[in-house]
Amino acid sequence: MRKVAVVGIGHTKFGKWENRTAVELFAEAATQAMQDAGVEGKEIEALFVGSALGDFGEGQAMIQTQCRAELGLGLIPSTRLEGACASSTVAIRNAYLWVASGECDVVLAGGTERVLPMGTPLATRTFAMAMHAYYEVPAGLTFPGVFALVARLYSRVYGIPLERLREQMAHVSIQNHRHGARNPLAQFYGKYENLKVEDVLNSRMVCDPLTLLDCCPFTDGAAAVVLCAEEKARKYTDTPIYILGTGQGTGGPMGLFEEELVKPPSRVASARMAFKKAGLEPKDIQVLELHDCFTSAELVALEAMGFFPEGKAGEAVEDGQTEIGGKIPTNMSGGLIGKGHPIGATGASQVCMIVQQMRGEAPKGNQVDPVPEFGMVDTMGGAYGTLCHLILGRVKG
Amino acid sequence: MSKALWTAEYEEELRKGRLLGVRCRKCGTVTCPPLATCRKCGGRELERVELSGRGELMTFTVVRVPPEGMEGPYAVGLIRTDEGPWVMGRLELPEGAGQEMLGKRFRLAGVFVWSDKYSAGERVAPVFRPEP
Repeated sequence: MRKVAVVGIGHTKFGKWENRTAVELFAEAATQAMQDAGVEGKEIEALFVGSALGDFGEGQAMIQTQCRAELGLGLIPSTRLEGACASSTVAIRNAYLWVASGECDVVLAGGTERVLPMGTPLATRTFAMAMHAYYEVPAGLTFPGVFALVARLYSRVYGIPLERLREQMAHVSIQNHRHGARNPLAQFYGKYENLKVEDVLNSRMVCDPLTLLDCCPFTDGAAAVVLCAEEKARKYTDTPIYILGTGQGTGGPMGLFEEELVKPPSRVASARMAFKKAGLEPKDIQVLELHDCFTSAELVALEAMGFFPEGKAGEAVEDGQTEIGGKIPTNMSGGLIGKGHPIGATGASQVCMIVQQMRGEAPKGNQVDPVPEFGMVDTMGGAYGTLCHLILGRVKG
Repeated sequence: MSKALWTAEYEEELRKGRLLGVRCRKCGTVTCPPLATCRKCGGRELERVELSGRGELMTFTVVRVPPEGMEGPYAVGLIRTDEGPWVMGRLELPEGAGQEMLGKRFRLAGVFVWSDKYSAGERVAPVFRPEP
């Protein structure tokens, strides 16, 4: 397998986009990524687009076709990848494999989504479609519900009183909102920079014990990257960021996880695969973007990837271990909670934010110093249904 | 493919108040709701079994922001059945129920019937109630 680098990134502002289509948002992010790399449209040999719910958000299926046409690319292989909230991480992983295999030299990959046109009730219904349509959806479980179940179970399994756990979870929201407030691309840029524990605990209850501030928002937006074979990367950029390892794992109905809902094997396996391929360990990673769809989800993710022992991630967050200067600076972009979560675009956004960190171009206050050598992306679709991990480095590894 | 218990049969029996699953002839593990393979060993030789419908509440939530087509608030949780599998269902919970409910005994008390334009017809979910 050949080595592969990210040579260009593009990212729309996340938030409400009333007068832009998902195709136009993708084209904006993709054009930025191509300009960033100095790549012409005719050089792109394949296109991968992550889109989760475009069928419902806009009535647009097979969106890759319209993205290709909008961008004026050649009649190249174009593929939509769907893994719910991990769609575009899977898209980038597949693009990586196409380049690594030697099939293509230059590939465009990313994701796009418009969630807000659906409104909260339909969005809640369609997000739930990522669960088992016969065994889980009829009970009325929603996505905040999934991580509410996880929070209560986590409290019981690790013997942390729920009120104590809720305070620890509140610190995830406080920290990620602080980062999001400083990120001009974030949905909550300039907002919620100084939340307090009480603000999170006392905001509106969504799914007991998760409040609104324990949850990521509904978001429109897009993000994209240009991937290129190592030997050509320097033609396009002085700062290629290499993909050193990738992993992917798959779950099933929630009940099958049993107690492991608090340390999902699908995430453990995916992260291990990525670490093994990169020849790295959690202690080597200096910046991390993880899937904080809900505050409890961040604690589970930190432990499943091996950054903190079981039941200890909450204390670590409270103690500043996921901040700059801590053990593993996490979600410096704001994460899903502070930056927003246009589901099909989220993974590509995470990759862009890690690349930004590794170029030393993150917003003031969010840049890890010294500039990180190794970074990692963790994205989860459904209730641990699709897990995907990417490890990136400034050196080839 | 043959299946010891098809989803449609599982739903039909659930409507009658019977919680069915499948038991692996090789390792004895019970899978419920049913799959075509054993959830533990992947074995394909399965037989239909009836579960007691009783178990312990492992976790729950009260959904206050429901999906389109459902009315909240309502409680959803995971019951660890006496036969082993964790089954998701609606819960009948006392007002203000909290973490103290975890570990309490519950039993199957009926079904919640629901449909919408995406559900491919009428669907059912088990409803569990605390044991007296």
